Amino acid sequence: MKLLTHNMLQCTVKGVKNGYPLKIEAVEFEDKEAEFNPDFLRHVFPKIDWPALRDAAETLGYSELPPQVDEAMLEDDEFLRKFHHALMEIHLEEGTLVCPETGRRFPVNKGIPNMLLNEDEI
Amino acid sequence: AWNCEEMSNSRPEHVAPPEIYYGETEAKKYAQNSRILTVQSQLSERAVDLLGLPDRQCMVLDLGCGSGLSGDVISERGHLWIGCDVAPAMLGIALEREAEGDLLLHDMGSGIPFRNAVFDGCISISALQWLCNADKKGQVPFKRLMRLFESLYKCMIRGARAVFQFYPENPQQMEMISSAAMRSGFGGGILVDYPNSTKAKKYYLILFAGVPQSQCVSMMPAPLTEGMSVEDGAAANRRKVAILVEPPTADAKASRGKKKCKILTNAKGVDWILKKKDRMRLQGKKVARDSKYTGRKRKAKF
Repeated sequence: MKLLTHNMLQCTVKGVKNGYPLKIEAVEFEDKEAEFNPDFLRHVFPKIDWPALRDAAETLGYSELPPQVDEAMLEDDEFLRKFHHALMEIHLEEGTLVCPETGRRFPVNKGIPNMLLNEDEI
Repeated sequence: AWNCEEMSNSRPEHVAPPEIYYGETEAKKYAQNSRILTVQSQLSERAVDLLGLPDRQCMVLDLGCGSGLSGDVISERGHLWIGCDVAPAMLGIALEREAEGDLLLHDMGSGIPFRNAVFDGCISISALQWLCNADKKGQVPFKRLMRLFESLYKCMIRGARAVFQFYPENPQQMEMISSAAMRSGFGGGILVDYPNSTKAKKYYLILFAGVPQSQCVSMMPAPLTEGMSVEDGAAANRRKVAILVEPPTADAKASRGKKKCKILTNAKGVDWILKKKDRMRLQGKKVARDSKYTGRKRKAKF
């Protein structure tokens, strides 16, 4: 699972007010090369929750992302490369996603998060 | 996902819940049967066409992605996708096939677990009809549909489209699905490709997020037809073979009684007849073709 997907996922268990961002407990992660597309990055940038992305990348051992960002940085190629790497190339393979509010755990196996809910959680 | 056009066979959604029906064997069959592969790809191509995505790399949600066949079509067009499916065996095949999108084990009837306004589009191939059955005690199909559409509406960008290709079992199901979609805020309607062919006929629910229903009418794409004359095609287009979802008005219920009286006193007009014929066509009934004589008053003979 890319960090792009993680950045969009949230916990929707019944009664949860803020199930975002899901905390990552990583067991295994890997880098997979992805095509660099600056236009997509510029387009997706406003939709990204930056602190969540930065925390997630750090958990998976990548701490090159700056703490503060703004639109102007999207013209900088070096920043775009880092952004691209964190967003598209770091994959969480095995581990758990944890809801920040309830502590509900969603296991991740072979890169697929199990987001199935029990009857009483819907 | 359901592929058998032969109506005599029982529908798979009546046999078992999707996560059980699509176990190892059925999932394997799905990945190897070349006829299924062709049909699924064609449906996906059409669904992605209907999405009308802008000319840049987009984020697309694929509900009921199965083995990632529909995802392949999205990837070929240069877009990114995230696929959800409730059947682990199907996702396993998607992994084997090295599908490009990220996958999620998830039941769409429990709501979409994504943040607000992140997707540029959503497709779903042959999956929606599974939601029309209650597989577990306490499951209410309409509620599950509502949960799906409400959460989907939130996670889509304003103006984005969702296209669901599905196999409705009866008109009641279609009505239940469209009414759940419109109650969730979507505008749009059902598009029927090849409405005159029993075998090739395909239903697409097309939903617009954040577009008023009045505008959706003109934005609905035209259906594909075969063996229809040009004039017939044009006429069908004008009147939109698709039945459009109309938002319920507050006084609709109140005025229902009044309407009945009106109909009793007035003759039913041409519009009413054309509408009824469309409805019957949609139900797959044999209906006389529309002509200049349709709904015309008979001359007084005596």
